Amino acid sequence: MTETIVIAEIAKGTIHATTSELVTAAQALGGSPIVIVPCTDASVADAAASIQGASKVIAAKSDVFNHYDAAGWASAIDAIAPAGTILTSATPQSKDLAARIAARRNISVVQDVVAIDGNQLTSPVYSGKAMQTVALDGPAVISVRANVFDAAPSGGSCDVAVVDTTGNMATAVQEFMARASQRLDVAEANIIISGGRGMGSPDNFVHLEAIADTIGAAVGASRAAVDTWEAIPHSMQVGQTGKTVNPNLYIAVGISGAIQHLAGMRSSKYIVAINKDADAPIFQHADYGIVATWEEALPVLQTTLAGMMA
Amino acid sequence: MVNIIVLVKQVPDTNAKIVVSGDRVDLSAVKKVMSPYDEFAVEVALQHREATGGEVTALTLGGAGADKVLKDAKAIGVDHIVRIDSDGDHDSNSLQTAIASVLSELGAEVVYCGKSAADTGAGSTGPGLAERMGWASVSNVTAVAFDGGITVVAPSEGGDARISVPIPAVISCDKGNMKVRKPNVKGIMQAKKAKVDVKSVAIQPSSVAIVAHTMPPAKPAGKSYEGGAAAAEVARLLRDEANVI
Ligand SMILES: Cc1cc2nc3c(=O)[nH]c(=O)nc-3n(C[C@H](O)[C@H](O)[C@H](O)COP(=O)(O)OP(=O)(O)OC[C@H]3O[C@@H](n4cnc5c(N)ncnc54)[C@H](O)[C@@H]3O)c2cc1C
Repeated sequence: MTETIVIAEIAKGTIHATTSELVTAAQALGGSPIVIVPCTDASVADAAASIQGASKVIAAKSDVFNHYDAAGWASAIDAIAPAGTILTSATPQSKDLAARIAARRNISVVQDVVAIDGNQLTSPVYSGKAMQTVALDGPAVISVRANVFDAAPSGGSCDVAVVDTTGNMATAVQEFMARASQRLDVAEANIIISGGRGMGSPDNFVHLEAIADTIGAAVGASRAAVDTWEAIPHSMQVGQTGKTVNPNLYIAVGISGAIQHLAGMRSSKYIVAINKDADAPIFQHADYGIVATWEEALPVLQTTLAGMMA
Repeated sequence: MVNIIVLVKQVPDTNAKIVVSGDRVDLSAVKKVMSPYDEFAVEVALQHREATGGEVTALTLGGAGADKVLKDAKAIGVDHIVRIDSDGDHDSNSLQTAIASVLSELGAEVVYCGKSAADTGAGSTGPGLAERMGWASVSNVTAVAFDGGITVVAPSEGGDARISVPIPAVISCDKGNMKVRKPNVKGIMQAKKAKVDVKSVAIQPSSVAIVAHTMPPAKPAGKSYEGGAAAAEVARLLRDEANVI
């Protein structure tokens, strides 16, 4: 049994909850993982010490981790991670990092893992239209999809070692451009409400935004909405040529459910569809389908949710 | 004169139905196309050439059937087309080692690729090659400008970042607001006549082997409702049954 190493997922300067899921995934491979926390301030790593199942936490401290540079991060993490199988989250940034670390070590990378059975890993392929199971023969780097593995419980306590590391940044950020809206990005959200062409006009997205604000969701869109309406930016697009999302809840409103849209959201834990056409393909993938116009359904949804959150 | 390489991959049309027969996907009846993100990579590579001068080579790895995507790239305007001859599956380590050796042989200075291939969805090749070459890389780029160097826009927490990228580098391309050019008649004629430079490279054995393909687990049939008033019931179920709110 080789060592397993979890690279903690960092969001907004703290350890993201998916890190606990990575610990569970690492345990499925065997053993108790070491959790490496990339950070500029080692106190960030303390939160990982309570994840049950972690054998040890390494606060990997470096200025490199101020903002993401693939080359810098890969070299700084590689310098302190022991040999073994490394697990990262399957966010776009962490998949990029996973690929770099694997290449640096001349081992392979397996992305978007959703099941682990011994040395066998399963990931969706062909945009989720099939699953592929591979067998590992030796150490690898694997990225794991969020909301698939149960989070390891907290309440543990293991040692935190602070280790200074360094790497060479290859690129330089000129400026950060904050999103115009303060709303969550679909790639970062646990609940997403998306609108399609059936919304009729970009102005009608305010109804989706109102619900999003009520339940802390991000607002997404189909490609037809993005391509038709200037006001709906590509950053909101979910699907084959947009973002792949894996939230706990995905609410599709006025979206037909084209295969390329499904490609980006079909692995969501729960799917709600609101569409006036009972034959829309999206209903075949919905846990809860409502055949109605959004004009009828959204006000009811909004009022009920607001009542529940109050 | 920048030596620009664009990586293109042949994949099943994203509209295609994927069937599994036995324990492998059966792609024999499926139409194959250039992976959609690679189209953006080709576009950016051509824009780079127009901005700074240089030559663009489209590179793929595959069997003779994959020549089709190289011809498609040629019709859009790349200068050279090269295929690393290989049938069969390779893990990322074997694949990237082979491609990296050809990048060195071709004298590549900038490599563009799609943010991920539509078949695997992995997105490992761009960053993996950059690491092997010891180069910079930025992935999921939505805009590129050539102003002496290369400046890209890529997603960053809470928004986007504008990033200076030194050459040599690998840049993986997302859709952004890019409009891709279509081939014209002259391009298509030239592509017909163009010769693919086929390279044989010894590809090392893989340590990650495909065990099986399966169909995704069927979702149990959901609950369906008629009429907007049902949204109240669904909201309650999301809280009490699904526990997601
Ligand atoms: C290479 C390629 C890549 C693509 N990538 C993507 C991608 O990333 N993401 C993506 O989404 N698509 C993508 N597409 C496009 C995809 O094929 C569909 O065209 C698109 O998803 C359709 O968007 P839509 O569902 O909003 O529109 P439509 O298919 O037009 O559906 C609109 C729906 O709204 C319903 N409706 C109308 N009025 C109302 C109302 N008042 N109330 C409720 N419902 C109503 C209709 O019944 C219909 O089902 C891609 C296509 C290709 C070829």
